[in-house]
Amino acid sequence: MPVLEKTTEIQPKTSKRKRTNWKKHLVHLFLLPALLFYVWFQVYPIFSAFLNSFFEWNGLRRGEFIGLGNFVRLFTEAPFEETFYRALGHNVIFFIGTVLAKLIVAFLLALLINSKIRGKEFFKTVLFLPKLLSVIVVGFLFSLILNPTYGALNTFLRFIGLEELARPWLGDPNTALYTIILVNGWYGLGFAVLIFLAGLQAIPSEIYDAAKMDGASGFTMLMKMTIPLAMPSIMVMTILTFIGAFETFELIFAMQGSQAGPYFSTDVLATFFYRLAFGSVDGGESIGLGSALAVVLFLMISSATAILLFFFKRKEYEQ
Amino acid sequence: MTARFGQYAKYLILLLFSFLMLYPVFLMISSSFKSNLEILTSPLGLPQSLSFENYVLVWEKVSFGSYVWNSVYVSALSVFFILFISSLAAFYLSRFSFRWNPFVLFFFMIGLMLPMKLAILPLYMIMLQLNLLDTLTSLVILYVAGGIPFAVFVFYGFFRTLPTELDQSARLDGCNSFQVYYKIILPLMKPALATVGIVHLIGVWNDFFYPLIFLKSEELSTIPLGVLTLFGEYDTEWNLLFASLTISSLPMIVAFLFASKQFIEGLTSGAIK
Repeated sequence: MPVLEKTTEIQPKTSKRKRTNWKKHLVHLFLLPALLFYVWFQVYPIFSAFLNSFFEWNGLRRGEFIGLGNFVRLFTEAPFEETFYRALGHNVIFFIGTVLAKLIVAFLLALLINSKIRGKEFFKTVLFLPKLLSVIVVGFLFSLILNPTYGALNTFLRFIGLEELARPWLGDPNTALYTIILVNGWYGLGFAVLIFLAGLQAIPSEIYDAAKMDGASGFTMLMKMTIPLAMPSIMVMTILTFIGAFETFELIFAMQGSQAGPYFSTDVLATFFYRLAFGSVDGGESIGLGSALAVVLFLMISSATAILLFFFKRKEYEQ
Repeated sequence: MTARFGQYAKYLILLLFSFLMLYPVFLMISSSFKSNLEILTSPLGLPQSLSFENYVLVWEKVSFGSYVWNSVYVSALSVFFILFISSLAAFYLSRFSFRWNPFVLFFFMIGLMLPMKLAILPLYMIMLQLNLLDTLTSLVILYVAGGIPFAVFVFYGFFRTLPTELDQSARLDGCNSFQVYYKIILPLMKPALATVGIVHLIGVWNDFFYPLIFLKSEELSTIPLGVLTLFGEYDTEWNLLFASLTISSLPMIVAFLFASKQFIEGLTSGAIK
């Protein structure tokens, strides 16, 4: 009995020390949930997509390791290769069209808002407004506006006597893709303006005063000072547009469906990917091909981002 | 004289583009008050009366009420957990000096550039294994995981600007780490919480891709997916379509008009930093 009493006396001490040691590690609980979610549902799926692309698939069941087999099929086997290159071409057009629209129109608007002008906040707010809508809402809204018979645009054109301009904007393979690019421009314009505006506002106004004293014209100042100094924001915008253009899906899905009609004239890699992964009736080996396409897209986006960053960094140093 | 003309031209261009930005949204809202016949015969005209009939119809014909509820549920839970989990992690990374902290931070930052659409097949299989396909929980999990990198990034930047004297004195008063976080840091970080919260609220509320992939039951649809259903089933009843588009957009537009500064700051902060 006395022995027991002694131990009970000592025990609280040791257990308390143990508890403080144990408590010390409790601090890692701050990090744990974020790390767990991030690794489980972000990092692991990306790795998994890479891994899956090297295997044969039967429905949702993984088959044999086939190396680059899926990639070879995607690039060379009919009908996949035709669809792939056509969709890739559309992505490139989508990127060039969007980036030109943004670099020219949004930059001009940013210059105007940055100049001596009243109502800056109003213009910023209004231009930004479309960005609050869901892309799917934008797509559906414009598919109604662009409806050939009842849509607001063609009604307006007929009303002002430009009937010959009214056309089935989304139904004609020659205009469908460009129409969607314009709608996408409408959606993202305000965001681009704000990015450029942030770049322009970071330029100190003293250098303009100095240039004016030296007799520089407005155009010279724009080309030699404003644009080079706003290069970081131009770089950011170009990269974001590139990523957006190669990931674009919702707008096309909403306006043209997963078949990206008419006659696949608006088909991009993401809609092709969607059909491969979720759209096929027989299931078959589409997961392998879909994963391969995802990997190709991933590599294109990340390498292009790296190249753009490198290119613009060098430009900055040269100035 | 030319300077004055230039000034007019500036306003003219800006007003023209403002009109181009506003008019489609205006058209969407005004058409939602028109009858179907009115929309089809005079798409550009103003509604003859301010009738809420279309909204009632949308509520009755398709269970739009449950779409709205699902969207509210998913958005609220996602934003709450993103803010909570990420602020804990950012607190850990900025206030403790474990030797792995810089690597963990860098590891999180990689997540800012991961195009998760491309990992949708593995995500689908994960949800299949967890038996979470066709549940709102799957969406919340994905939004939370996807929101962590940006939130940690902003919070970490914010915490570095907060002086550490406050937490040190709180510790001297006997606060443990969680109490420091809860009583000292959390009240101070309200602006950062608002910025991150708004960004993710818009993202989650408007997202269409994850619901499209992970939800099958119609009664679980969030608003964007419900709009898709409506466009499939009632494609000739434009009054319902415009009403559904307006319901889906109006909450964000109204919130934006009240707090446009925070919205703009939030949505552009990711790109500029």
